[in-house]
Amino acid sequence: MSIRGTEIKIEGLSQRYPTRKVPTFNRVDLVSPPGEALAIIGRSGCGKSTLLHILAGITKGTEGRVLLNGTEVHGPSPRWVMMFQAPHLYPWMTVNENVGVGLTFARWGKKEIAERVAEAIRLVELQDFAQANVQDLSGGQQQRVALARSLVMEPELLLLDEPFSALDAFTRGALQKDVRAIAKRLGFNIVLVTHDIDEAVIMADRAVIMAGSPGDIVHEMDVILPDPRDRADPEVQKLRTRLMNTFQEAANYKKPELSLAAGV
Amino acid sequence: MNFAATLTRQGGFLMLARHTAQRLAWAAGGLSILAVIWLIAGQLMMSSPRLANYSTFGLGPTLQAFPEMWASGKIQNATLASGYRLGSGLLLAALIGVPLGILVGRIKWFAAYSNSPFQFIRMVSPLAWMPIAVLVFATWNGSIIFLIAIASLWPVLFATAAGLAKVDPSWFKVARNLGANPLQMLTKIIMPAIAFDVFSGFRLALGVAWIVLVPAEYLGVTSGLGYAIEDSRETLSYNHLTALVMTIGVIGYVLDSILMMLIKHFSWHRGGAA
Repeated sequence: MSIRGTEIKIEGLSQRYPTRKVPTFNRVDLVSPPGEALAIIGRSGCGKSTLLHILAGITKGTEGRVLLNGTEVHGPSPRWVMMFQAPHLYPWMTVNENVGVGLTFARWGKKEIAERVAEAIRLVELQDFAQANVQDLSGGQQQRVALARSLVMEPELLLLDEPFSALDAFTRGALQKDVRAIAKRLGFNIVLVTHDIDEAVIMADRAVIMAGSPGDIVHEMDVILPDPRDRADPEVQKLRTRLMNTFQEAANYKKPELSLAAGV
Repeated sequence: MNFAATLTRQGGFLMLARHTAQRLAWAAGGLSILAVIWLIAGQLMMSSPRLANYSTFGLGPTLQAFPEMWASGKIQNATLASGYRLGSGLLLAALIGVPLGILVGRIKWFAAYSNSPFQFIRMVSPLAWMPIAVLVFATWNGSIIFLIAIASLWPVLFATAAGLAKVDPSWFKVARNLGANPLQMLTKIIMPAIAFDVFSGFRLALGVAWIVLVPAEYLGVTSGLGYAIEDSRETLSYNHLTALVMTIGVIGYVLDSILMMLIKHFSWHRGGAA
């Protein structure tokens, strides 16, 4: 599989709902270089999921635009694929068929699909289950199928909306490390939305904190750690504490400060 | 692990074989009881001078009628004629019912508007349409096919709509995310997701259609199983009449079993077909 990343540019993005006085977020600017794993952290309701949905082209922003390698996002595309909280697999398809479904939409040949699917299934280590009924898999395995289904499209950008929050801690930890390792190996970008500080530290190269009403990016922090990252590593814990403190400070932050945007 | 899988598979096969054998035994047992009751009733009729004229209704004469009716082509011709009407009616019901069902299941305002008229028309007995059908259609065949279609339409339509209502909306979201166009959404996601419900609807429809077919053929037409029964009654060949009734039962049973198999095949719900 050959995947390159993409440069993500969010320019002056706002989202307003007619029923609400305050915009969900207002004029958000954000740049992420090719191959970066970016975590957007924030409390529920800060607009981080909406931001991700706009990045994926599933929702439209009220103002501003999203550019991926210079091309404006107008709708969903196999180039930027989203993974949701639940795997949402098709229960009438085998693991193989689920993984290849995006390629059948793109009218690929059977042989090419089989090859790409086999590769994606190897990446998520589900070789033994290729012919299985997805309903027989555990939650973690199902989420791995969903990951393979996204990877098979060779996206430039993988968007993750709290993708492992429904899994047990052990499976979640393993998947977080695996997804990061695969992304680094293949070179695609990750934008991860989460309220789990640990997840951000394990998976991301950089974390931005969203808070306030309207929501805005109030802080950002580089997560520079060697791979593979281990939760028990003192360096990881130190960074985790720092990010946690910053997050708590930022979460208490009240009014949008214009000076902050200028300072970043 | 392979060994364990083989064991499970063998275990599964054995269980399936035992299950099938048990079901066949039940079916054979039940049918034998029916045959015995029929046999006794035939004997009673024969021994009563008042009912002796009708003794050809019995099991023995009925079974004897089969070879001669087969040789003369009566059973085959009647089955073919009825099968054509049934097939055409069901096909029409599917061609109209499935798309309408998808609209009802997918589009809220369509469901809201159509619910009352659909429920109203559905409640009209299919046979009550007969006089209107005869007026509207030039041929008897046409009116019978119409009756079967209108009787089978509702189970197909409502089963399709109910199936679609159960579909997880995220399946559409994921498919759109992976680049599905509307046609692919229909053929790769919607159809397989609801095939089970659609075939369950067909199964109900077949039951109704099969019931409507025979009385519909009592009138006008000169072919088909209904006509053949009426003809046998008029010519007092009661053993032919019962043989035809048996044929109707057997064909209905076989068609229902085929649909059951299709339902099982397309069922992705855990625990098999409902």
